[in-house]
Amino acid sequence: MASGVLVFGEATEDGALAPVTGELLGAAKSLGGPVTCALLGAGVEGLAQQCGPLGADKVIVVDDPLLKDYQGDAYVPIGERIARETDASVVLFGQTMVGRDMAPRLAQRLNTAVAMDCVELTMNGDRLTAGRPCYGGSARARYTFNATPQMATVRAKVFDPQPDASKQAEVVKQDAGVSADAIRAKVTGRRKEAAEGIRLEDAPVVVSGGRGLGGPEGFKEIEEMASVLGGAVGASRAVCDLGWYPVAAQVGLTGKVVTPDVYIAVGISGASQHMAGISQVKNIVAINKDPEANIFKSSRFAVVGDWKEVVAGFTEKARELKTG
Amino acid sequence: MPHIVCCVKQVPDPEAPASQFKVDEAARKVLPIPGIQPVPSQFDTIGVEAALRIKDKIADTTITILTLGPDSFRDAIKHCLAMGADEGVHINDPALNDADHWAAAEILAAAIKSLQPVDLVICGRQAVDWDMGIVGSTIAEIMDMPVVTIAKELQMDGGKVTVERVLLDGFETVESPTPCVVTVSNELGEPRYPQLRQIMQAAKKEVKTLTGADLGIAEARNRVNLEALFVPESKVETEFIEADSGKEAGEKLALRLREEKLI
Repeated sequence: MASGVLVFGEATEDGALAPVTGELLGAAKSLGGPVTCALLGAGVEGLAQQCGPLGADKVIVVDDPLLKDYQGDAYVPIGERIARETDASVVLFGQTMVGRDMAPRLAQRLNTAVAMDCVELTMNGDRLTAGRPCYGGSARARYTFNATPQMATVRAKVFDPQPDASKQAEVVKQDAGVSADAIRAKVTGRRKEAAEGIRLEDAPVVVSGGRGLGGPEGFKEIEEMASVLGGAVGASRAVCDLGWYPVAAQVGLTGKVVTPDVYIAVGISGASQHMAGISQVKNIVAINKDPEANIFKSSRFAVVGDWKEVVAGFTEKARELKTG
Repeated sequence: MPHIVCCVKQVPDPEAPASQFKVDEAARKVLPIPGIQPVPSQFDTIGVEAALRIKDKIADTTITILTLGPDSFRDAIKHCLAMGADEGVHINDPALNDADHWAAAEILAAAIKSLQPVDLVICGRQAVDWDMGIVGSTIAEIMDMPVVTIAKELQMDGGKVTVERVLLDGFETVESPTPCVVTVSNELGEPRYPQLRQIMQAAKKEVKTLTGADLGIAEARNRVNLEALFVPESKVETEFIEADSGKEAGEKLALRLREEKLI
């Protein structure tokens, strides 16, 4: 009889435990039953000890140079083997670049289903109900499963880690058991589109620009505003598609999920696909010339007006407040 | 003679005003908005664009548009044929209309098998209605093909594809032998818009209809149950900052945010 939760944790590129791992383990703990954390990668063995205090009873580490970059053809069979061995009732991934690619493939190999990008997980006996935004965030759907394991990927920053320093996990090392020949789709190169300054995901303040800026040059003022506030710059999908700003800054369903203390949206109408990236933000501030803009419905503070004038006044005053 | 199959879904227009978005909670369905026509899912037409860019280089490429859905989905096929695709296949069977994502992938995979030889299957990274993003990968697993997801560039050449994938802070290049599945993202660029002449030509292109019986599938084998569908409440009270000029409003906004200790 399947029981417990299997979590696929992740490491960051710098070799630290990715924050989503703690969130997944926190969510897993709340669902009940033993929690197993799988860590796949190169140089991840040292991270296993951190998973115990975050809620894992057992950590399965597969540390192999072959797993340095995520490649589905290597990761999916290892994931399948671990899922079958663990026989967990629930399997969780982060809605990350790895989770988006790996979870659907693993679900098919296990003849089960996965609910993607979940923001609610509740257990009723051994039945999982997974709630997730759909229609670009305009609606919420709740699913139950006709097959096991019941799988879900979880949106970043929805679930809180539940650390308990006294807890330790049993750590088990496993071989990858996959040869390089098995990798059909191969990563042959990588390039970073490095944003300067503070990372969008970590910034306490994010200032984002949208199509309302009228052109790429408008981002100068957005950058200045963000810099005065010690924040990062984001962008709507529309402006990234237009080439006004780098894709790495895109906030939304198909970009990044951000959770700053304050999110300032300038010239962004608030299409539901954008709102999906800021659904966990408590303080949304919107500056838009259209009083009917959808973004105002979710905003705590709003200014209807010409963005150039409002931003000029704001940045000047904010600089004065910050230095004064 | 490369053969590309593009999977295309018809969805409610995501550009429709958010205020008109309504759900029938009892039926667990999104209500159609009167006067607003459904459209092909945007990521799927971007997939057709990716296929057409290959055809622009390799002229004898055949592009087949594949869709699963009721009669109205024919419009999505016609749109993609007008963009420049060659043939359409419409799986239209009331017994399969309520297929979930896995059942849909199983049905589409069966149809793709019937269209072989196929060198490349292209899907949108996700449909803009359910935003699930699993059908392309699942088709690949069922057909035991490699898959590359979330592409911003796709080139096909001599038995392999070279794909530029979108990562959170950059891009990676992935090479895969064909046949394979690729899912595409908006970073690939805008899909071309059909000209009137192409729309007239598309009317003459063949659209083949298939039923479950043609594919040996009697019913949708769903793996999930949709238990609830609703519009989540937003509980935000908005404070509108007003002033005589925009500049003044900006200053007042900064002061309010400072009062609230937010900046």
